[in-house]
Amino acid sequence: MKIIIMGCGRVGARFASLMDEDGHEVTVLDNDTYSFRRLPASFGGTALFGNGIDEEAQKRAGIEEADVFVALTQGDNRNVMSCQIAKHVFNVPRVMCRIYDPLREEMYSALGLETISPTKVFAQLLKDKIDKKEEKAED
Amino acid sequence: MYIIVVGGGRLGYYLLKALLNEGHEVLVLEKDVRVCKTITDELGSVCFRGDGCEASTLAEVGTGRADMLVAVTGDDEDNLVACQVAKHKHNVPRTIARLRNPQNAALFKKLGVDVTISTTDIIIETIEREVPTHPLTQLMSLDEKGLVIVDVKISTESTTVGKMVKELSLPKESKLALIIPHEGSTHVPAANTVLRAGDQIIAVTSPETKEALRAALRGI
Repeated sequence: MKIIIMGCGRVGARFASLMDEDGHEVTVLDNDTYSFRRLPASFGGTALFGNGIDEEAQKRAGIEEADVFVALTQGDNRNVMSCQIAKHVFNVPRVMCRIYDPLREEMYSALGLETISPTKVFAQLLKDKIDKKEEKAED
Repeated sequence: MYIIVVGGGRLGYYLLKALLNEGHEVLVLEKDVRVCKTITDELGSVCFRGDGCEASTLAEVGTGRADMLVAVTGDDEDNLVACQVAKHKHNVPRTIARLRNPQNAALFKKLGVDVTISTTDIIIETIEREVPTHPLTQLMSLDEKGLVIVDVKISTESTTVGKMVKELSLPKESKLALIIPHEGSTHVPAANTVLRAGDQIIAVTSPETKEALRAALRGI
């Protein structure tokens, strides 16, 4: 699969190297080349300088042939905008969007984007862990 | 009308002032506490501190009854999201977004923003108008119709001077609306109207055929 990842932060870099190890064709896009230091030396994909909310930059990253687009920058709105470009302008088959704000995440999910809110996921995960411990103690 | 303005920067500030002067109920949403305080000190309690892209902030300021939301922050992505949240969460009938990147106009329209205003385009158009030798100036853009209104100047070098309108090979999307001559009265061009040096021609055309129209009218 051809995968484009926008944002080379901790999550972006790690996800890129996981997909690269699995043999996918990975392109990472970031508007700060310094963030590419997070990619491991073994990374075999492409690291591209560019602003993911710009249609031209998405084209340069090969969006027209991409199977998956994932937005992982720090900005919810940047992620939302880039994902909508990938989905509605370039018709990428699978578009995934990280949105920290749970309310915004619900709205864009209702509008048809595939969204993940790390805030919701992590809070739930912590709660589940605590609940499990309590259950064990009760037993 | 109840109008919400997202972004209290220079543009937001002057927009707020203008809308208040017209007697509207206006509220500015601004993230920066200092900017918000400056506005409040000067104009009264018309600034709410908060993120205009957040559904909860918009709910708090009663966006549900707003007639219009205008997003004028310096970031296109923030303006897009503010308009989308207003539209989809709060059913605001009209949303307007300021654009930094003129290329985003079509995208924003597609994503449901009612009106986009590219400050970059407006500044370029205004400067072009001030350049006296510029043969074609865009006066106005009718986005919804996909048309532009332009002003073409006929100069002494134009090879079309002395020709009749029907002799020109105008692009078929173009219509000549008005001729403002150097001297004499403004007239509506007919098929046998003769072009003169110094004429200013106001025409309607599609953005793509702007240059073809200029070439047809000036012949150079």
